[in-house]
Amino acid sequence: MVDQVVDASQVWDYAPAPEATDIVSIAPSYDLFIGGEFTGPAGGGHFATLNPATEQPLAEVAQATGPDVDRAVAAARDAYQGAWGRLPGRERAKYLYRIARVIQERSREFAVLESLDNGKPIKESRDVDIPLAAAHFFYYAGWADKLEHAGFGPAPRPLGVAGQVIPWNFPLLMAAWKLAPALAGGNTCVLKPAETTPLTALLLAEVIQEAGLPPGTVNILTGDGATGQALVGHPGVDKIAFTGSTEVGKEIQRAIAGTGKKLTLELGGKAANVVFDDAPLDQAVEGIVNGIFFNQGHVCCAGSRLLVQESVADTVLDRLKRRLGTLRLGDPLDKNTDIGAINSRQQLDKITELSAAGEQEGAERWSLACPIPDRGYWFPPTVFSGVSQAHRIAQEEIFGPVLSVLTFRTPEEAVAKANNTPYGLSAGIWTEKGSRIFWMAQRLRAGVVWANTYNRFDPASPFGGYRESGFGREGGRHGLAPYLNAPNLKAGHAGA
Amino acid sequence: MPDRSPPARLGVRKTYKLFIGGAFPRSESGRSYPVTGRRGALLAHAARASRKDARDATAAARKAFPGWSGATAYHRGQVLYRVAELLEGRAGQFAEVAVKKGTGPAKAAQQVAAAVDRWVWYAGWPDKISQISGAANPVAGPYFNLSVPEPTGVVAVLAPAEPSLLALVSVLAPVIATGNTVVLVASEQAPLAAISLAEVLATSDVPGGVVNVLTGYTAELAPVLAAHMDVNAIDLTGADPAARADLERAAAGNVKRVFPAGPDGQAEDWTATPGLGRMLAFLETKTVWHPVGT
Repeated sequence: MVDQVVDASQVWDYAPAPEATDIVSIAPSYDLFIGGEFTGPAGGGHFATLNPATEQPLAEVAQATGPDVDRAVAAARDAYQGAWGRLPGRERAKYLYRIARVIQERSREFAVLESLDNGKPIKESRDVDIPLAAAHFFYYAGWADKLEHAGFGPAPRPLGVAGQVIPWNFPLLMAAWKLAPALAGGNTCVLKPAETTPLTALLLAEVIQEAGLPPGTVNILTGDGATGQALVGHPGVDKIAFTGSTEVGKEIQRAIAGTGKKLTLELGGKAANVVFDDAPLDQAVEGIVNGIFFNQGHVCCAGSRLLVQESVADTVLDRLKRRLGTLRLGDPLDKNTDIGAINSRQQLDKITELSAAGEQEGAERWSLACPIPDRGYWFPPTVFSGVSQAHRIAQEEIFGPVLSVLTFRTPEEAVAKANNTPYGLSAGIWTEKGSRIFWMAQRLRAGVVWANTYNRFDPASPFGGYRESGFGREGGRHGLAPYLNAPNLKAGHAGA
Repeated sequence: MPDRSPPARLGVRKTYKLFIGGAFPRSESGRSYPVTGRRGALLAHAARASRKDARDATAAARKAFPGWSGATAYHRGQVLYRVAELLEGRAGQFAEVAVKKGTGPAKAAQQVAAAVDRWVWYAGWPDKISQISGAANPVAGPYFNLSVPEPTGVVAVLAPAEPSLLALVSVLAPVIATGNTVVLVASEQAPLAAISLAEVLATSDVPGGVVNVLTGYTAELAPVLAAHMDVNAIDLTGADPAARADLERAAAGNVKRVFPAGPDGQAEDWTATPGLGRMLAFLETKTVWHPVGT
């Protein structure tokens, strides 16, 4: 019937689809997790963690100070020399499998809590962060009793007590990346979650209690940078693993100079996402969007520099802007939300400052004209075109939803521009030509190269940087190396 | 009767110079320092490299990096094996240098033989290390996912103080076998083996700049290399233990890979067959993803 033809010009609004929050129960106040128990901080101090989408406090968490670090490291040492250290690999494996299973069982609870504390869209915490965190524990569980087959030589030994400091962009996932390989290798851990996102780590502490790990095997200290500094500098720690900014990474490398502590650093990035004229452009546009706007661009491996071949630059930019027009910014708990809240006021200020610098230096700014909520920290997806290599927005890590677009004519020029950074964490390549993919992949100085895809992660896949993006790998067989002493690992900071 | 027999032939002494970018310059500073052997006998005036020489050597190593790291593993293996062939031919010369430094003739010959064998051992690694340290990763999705090791870049090597060629070869060969290029600071007390090795490298097929050799005061050169922003990694094997912490601190300026990190404790047994540690320390793992589909 003619009158039932759909009017294509009609705009269909999304109805709100918020995820329920009754699945999580957030305590008013949290203590430190030391020696298997929740225990008050020595200094008695607490600080608030906010919901960045509302600026409302979610809970108070303890501020750990020097004496707390002492106690946590001592508890970890006791566990290392005691119950955990004595366990055969097959028993360690079963504990890790338990943790993986409980995370899976309580996944929705973790996802909602993560989105509340971090501001990331629920579809990302639900479909990426939490499943991957469980998968990491599951993957490394299986290594715990197979270390002699990992290729590092016979009878690998743990290093001892690992001090692990993690960022706020993937709070639970980063905890899993750190804890799972360390525990599989037989080490014990003192983990410091980021100041602004402590809640899922504290829920993980409950899971660890529930899984029955020997007390002191995992200790979790909430606090600020000073807590991290105290942990890194503690003489009882044998190994440091840090994910965060290059600036802090260098400070840590300096702080432990000459101590013999092992170190892995997973630091900043300024990845080039290179689009050739023969690329499948619609897929490339999806990859560009995923590359820089996933997790509000709070991703160390974000494809923050788009290098597009001159002949298709206008087409790609047009299609990109059209695609960005469909993104929905707002309530992180809404299942339709694509862009959530910026994690903190401090980070919002940094993004705002660097974007202003982009305009001042002469790049052309385009920001999505979307409604911005009245409260909370928000930044609309933003694209700068006409960016030169010398611009700050082409050199400095913005760590936000801001894309810098540069052009190139030849593959050689693309490689030169892509590598023109002190970083070297990741890169993207978009082309239908197979030989060119390999040619590019060989020349890009980056630890992870995504060809015709972007921002894929897997527990079996090693991740980590070249140059000032850090050293050591997390994930896969390679991710065990930083936590083991073995004949073929004698040596460097990172092991291998 | 006047003695009419011809005078005894006068030996031709060798000038020991630096090795930078495939050439043998003196130090730009014009400085040298005496190298002595048994009972303090003067063996040579070795060049005393300056900070500028260290920077020049780094620039030469950087320039050589794309070619050497981009060469096929098969080719690097061939080139390294060729070096072993030439070392074997010059074994007598190296043994002589060791004897002058006080090693007994039999032990010197044995050490040189071991050094040649060590070089042959490493010559076999370039086309195997990727298979040992790389991986095909079984990710949970329709992706082809491979990890391959790639050389770190320009590596500064502080050679052990130990005079033997064996120790020198044991620190140098693994770094270039994996495709890195090197600025090597020779043992301050015993630099002659390093310069003689440079002469072998210069006449082999190793491209200029892949190995650069500086002689001089380690305490003067090491901080320059540790802080240099275009050096990607540093091997502190030959560092003064008292200077190690400062060098590591300087190395943090551009997140250098440091080997071995911290107070090592035990001296290395150069006669033992090495593990992979010295190669893996200067390799980065690159992981490449590609979707699988029709």
